[in-house]
Amino acid sequence: MPELIGSLMLVGGAVFLLLGGVGLIRMPDVLNRIQAGAKAVTLGTLFTLIGIALMRPEWALKLVLIALFILFTNPLSAQVLARAAHRLGGATDAKLTTVDRLAEDTAKAQQ
Amino acid sequence: MIDLLILLAALLVSVAFVLALYRFFKGPSAADRVVAFDTLTIVSITGIALIALLNERGIYLDVALVYALLSFLGVITIARYLENGL
Amino acid sequence: MNAILLLLTALLCVAMLVTAVTAIMVNSTPIAILAAGLISLLASVVFVLLAAPDVAMTEAAIGSGLTTFLFFFVLARVRAGSEDGGEL
Repeated sequence: MPELIGSLMLVGGAVFLLLGGVGLIRMPDVLNRIQAGAKAVTLGTLFTLIGIALMRPEWALKLVLIALFILFTNPLSAQVLARAAHRLGGATDAKLTTVDRLAEDTAKAQQ
Repeated sequence: MIDLLILLAALLVSVAFVLALYRFFKGPSAADRVVAFDTLTIVSITGIALIALLNERGIYLDVALVYALLSFLGVITIARYLENGL
Repeated sequence: MNAILLLLTALLCVAMLVTAVTAIMVNSTPIAILAAGLISLLASVVFVLLAAPDVAMTEAAIGSGLTTFLFFFVLARVRAGSEDGGEL
């Protein structure tokens, strides 16, 4: 029974990875692509690793270690990357994303 | 049943890998390519874990562990270079 | 099962070739370095598929991690040293 639950979680995590890939293709600008590429892919990887840990309990320690590393580092790298894209300029050219708090704060700090 | 589900998961991960690779080749700006590189690293960690499951070899997970440590360093270096902070 | 893994290895090798062509054809230097790092990533997955985890670990640590870091570090130093701020 844990094998079946683990394989179902494996397929669910793979579906999240696929959705991250589709979002990377279809999103309109850089910040939205970072959104899709960081959040959905992190969740899918965590699901997949937990599924493999349910199927093979003797690998669980190593898998939990990998999951913890990804959980700590991937949002941090996405944040640094988003800041770099913002400072390069041209990160948001979609009509929907018009709020830019970081530019407002930078202008306020320079006054 | 379980083997079929594992193969389905491997197929979905392969499709996600190909989609991220397409964004890496196409991506208009440098930040797009870095996002695609980050995603490719994380997806290949999952792929290595799936290969370990298919081959029944637990030692393959060490490679995924090294990648989980190092992908972070590469992306941070590139981002700091792009914003002239390195 | 074995045929599927072999097919996956062939597909990854084709992706490595296309990435190498991208690294040659692209105009900006950082993207070429990034493509070189991607080749190391794909090569490491191929090494895992060919049952050589130690080689894959070395490739991951040196090819994908250290080389990319070193290239960008040197590129930033060169950019800071050029007085006319030329495009590099």
